[in-house]
Amino acid sequence: MGKEMTKEQYGKMVKKASPNSPIIKNCVKAFIVGGIICTIGQVITNIAKFYGASVEEAGTYTSVILVVAASILTGLGLYSKLGKFAGAGSIVPITGFSNSVTSPAIEFKKEGMILGLGAKIFIVAGPVILYGVLTSVIVGIVYCILG
Amino acid sequence: MAKHIGKQSMKFDKNISIKATASTVGTKEGEGPLREYFDVILQDNLLGQESWEKAESKMASDNLKLAINKAGLSPRDIDYVITGDLLNQCCGSTFGVRGLKIPFFGVFGACSTMGEAMSLCAILIDGGGAKNTIAGASSHFCSAEKQFRFPMDLGTQRTPTATWTVTGDGAAVITEGNEHPYITGITTGKIVDMGITDANNMGAAMAPAAADAIYQHFQDFGRKPDHYDHIVTGDLGYVGKDLLLKLLKEKGYDISKVHIDCGIEIFDKDRQDTHSGGSGCACSAVTFAGMLYHKLRRKMINSILFVPTGALMSPTSVQQGESIAGIAHCVVIENQGVSQ
Repeated sequence: MGKEMTKEQYGKMVKKASPNSPIIKNCVKAFIVGGIICTIGQVITNIAKFYGASVEEAGTYTSVILVVAASILTGLGLYSKLGKFAGAGSIVPITGFSNSVTSPAIEFKKEGMILGLGAKIFIVAGPVILYGVLTSVIVGIVYCILG
Repeated sequence: MAKHIGKQSMKFDKNISIKATASTVGTKEGEGPLREYFDVILQDNLLGQESWEKAESKMASDNLKLAINKAGLSPRDIDYVITGDLLNQCCGSTFGVRGLKIPFFGVFGACSTMGEAMSLCAILIDGGGAKNTIAGASSHFCSAEKQFRFPMDLGTQRTPTATWTVTGDGAAVITEGNEHPYITGITTGKIVDMGITDANNMGAAMAPAAADAIYQHFQDFGRKPDHYDHIVTGDLGYVGKDLLLKLLKEKGYDISKVHIDCGIEIFDKDRQDTHSGGSGCACSAVTFAGMLYHKLRRKMINSILFVPTGALMSPTSVQQGESIAGIAHCVVIENQGVSQ
């Protein structure tokens, strides 16, 4: 029997034995699906503007429609299938945010409306909200000083 | 009485018979290559329950009763039930065993639980502390995903090294008696931690523990790989199998001709999109209770070294930067008893 293997040696061995994710294929799929979701958003915005909405209003309509649609698709079990195919393409747009809030709501509802759904609804999206708000506060202060 | 041999092993004196087994699996497992060997294939992975956790307990309860029935016994005849699962506080087992009114030892060895439970049943019987025991382990894909990963409906991708938790419950009625196959010895594994921190690569975390236990088994029993028809690891998957074979080769043993892995056997990787293979307590438990027991009973194979493998991690410890410790327990199962 040879000398005991070190953790570093084993780590190298594991790296060699473990297949990598197909990054290029994943990127192409993410680009296409993410692009389609954003295009749908743009179409909604344009329609809203066509019917007389201001840019700001049109943006709000678009967000609301996309979030609700993704939430319904999550409830029907379809968004997870899209996510498996598209990866970042369906996580990054606002629909992904909707999915990340709806899916824990469904999963943890069984533990009750307060301690289950209520406490865990932001288990995935929580960090995005926290650090998103924090970043905007910092940007706001910088803007205030410079502006 | 059992005899302690070598560093980590025991040889048994009595004929410790595996009198019957029962296996219940989920729909996906029921579509896999081993479907013909399972007793029950669920049509509804919720079993009409309100939650995944309750479904797992119901599955465990029903399957334990089935095993006891198949052995021609009633719950009153069983001295001890030893089971475990992956859920916090082993609640899958607790509520699965609750209605049976049998003295209960709940065990946790992650996916190595079946090996741990079978070892302890054998020790109880050999020591004269019990006549009839039952060992079991369960896992459920959905309850495990909920506890260890993400909510079911979150749209994420799995890495190629990730494994798929088997939904199922495997149970074995282990008694003192003269019906083959028999548990003739065990080698209890140590915790082996080679510093793997990727929770999506459990095979890599467990392979060193499997290699260590199997190597020690050969040393303690003075055996070679060809002593067995199969050396069966629990849920190393494709990545872990590759690593195990390499690790043991470096220690001077080539087990490639006799090695199979339950995680590889249970799913069709390409058709079922299960990446590195199956995992979970039920992976080795149902493969043993299904295919392996079927083959042993019919003497299609006559001796196996059953080595369920476990990754002892909790989501909390991983988040705190702790590495994933592995363990594996060897159970020698042979058609030739020790006192015949």
